[in-house]
Amino acid sequence: MAEKVKLERQAMCDRLAMEFQDGWIVNLGVGMPTLCSNYSDSSREIINHAENGVIGYGPLAKEGEEDRHLVNAGGQKVTPLPGMACVHHADSFMMIRGGMIDVTVMGAYEVAENGDFANWRIPSRKGGGIGGAMDLAAGAKRVFIAMEHTTRDGGPKLLNKCTLPITAPGVVKMLVTDLGLFEITPEGFMLVEHAPGWSPAEIQELTEAKLIISDGLTEFRFRA
Amino acid sequence: MKNKIFKTMDDAVADIPDGVTILSPGFSGVGVPRNLLAALNRQGAKGLTGVSNNAGTVDENIDIGTLVEAGQMKKMICAFTASTHPSQVTPFTRMYNDDEIEAELVPQGTLAERLRSAAAGIGGFYTPTSVGTELAEGKEHREINGRMHVLEYPLPGDYALVRCWKADTAGNLVFRLTQRNFNPLMAMAAKVTIVEVEEEIVEAGELDPDLIHVAGIYVDRLVKIPADGIWI
Repeated sequence: MAEKVKLERQAMCDRLAMEFQDGWIVNLGVGMPTLCSNYSDSSREIINHAENGVIGYGPLAKEGEEDRHLVNAGGQKVTPLPGMACVHHADSFMMIRGGMIDVTVMGAYEVAENGDFANWRIPSRKGGGIGGAMDLAAGAKRVFIAMEHTTRDGGPKLLNKCTLPITAPGVVKMLVTDLGLFEITPEGFMLVEHAPGWSPAEIQELTEAKLIISDGLTEFRFRA
Repeated sequence: MKNKIFKTMDDAVADIPDGVTILSPGFSGVGVPRNLLAALNRQGAKGLTGVSNNAGTVDENIDIGTLVEAGQMKKMICAFTASTHPSQVTPFTRMYNDDEIEAELVPQGTLAERLRSAAAGIGGFYTPTSVGTELAEGKEHREINGRMHVLEYPLPGDYALVRCWKADTAGNLVFRLTQRNFNPLMAMAAKVTIVEVEEEIVEAGELDPDLIHVAGIYVDRLVKIPADGIWI
């Protein structure tokens, strides 16, 4: 039997981007979360913040239009927008810890039903890569996670309790995986939208934590 | 006015001794003092402690990782002691795994604020960052306004190597776009601040005082990046 189709990364990030409200200041983590910036909705204005101290930058620069002094947190060359501002690193993290960031979107190795998540260290490797993740997790008003539903070996990543060292306790509000959209409630993971062709029972089978099924469960939305 | 202008990168770093702490700014390859790092690499000082966002990258460009690879660094203090992807094995990764170099892992915002604290002459600060994680273990905790914080201490340097866009002979510095990153903080947190400058160094008075990012009193040495220098 052919493997069932899961959600594409762009669709996952589009879905989180649909949650961004007009005027929100948004910090997108390196890797998959940057795809959130491809979702366009002309009815609202989103202000992009990158930890290297640029606020209000625009889309990725096309070849030949790059400015060697202007990059996002992933080192990608981006374009300026009217109203853009640049600050130094301490001021950039002042904005983060000070509560100016409405949402940060990050990847993760694991998320637990109490909102803990882990994305900086795998004990089998020495050292870790924190970057700005702990500051963002502690300081942003909302933490959204985008990640695959299972590990490469098919193991669960939505857990009762994180097994890896956590990045911050109890902060994740919303999670998108290639199987659906989940809210973290005081009672645990709530499945609110399922990938087309995937039943809640099938998603539960690939999840360690007990899923709560939303009364308003719908099929995954690809556009607002 | 004291002359702060040095002719060459090598002259500007010639007296850096073994065993000191070097502050090395830059983020994602922008605002990295590559010419001064290359000169310090040629100069050969050893047993250094480096403070930087990361400990080098997999690309071929000169950065703090060049000094790590050359065995000049005893310890790195940075926000990444492992690369974000296991496939990216830097010289630092190899040496750290073999216990040939020490490291201290610091969240990026805490790293920036520790540098700022050193520059500001304050004894440290309490931050909610890292609370509840293994990085907070052993640190002093305090509940402030109903939220738990950990105590972090200042992080001063002996020498800062800095990259800027414009400068004047008084040492006033201006950065461009995301080149700024850690540069001003490190320029202000070190005993001796050495700066490589992209544009021609202008006479004092030619830069608008209201648009200066780092006041010249923090800056000890300035070197114009030569045409055949490292411009990336």
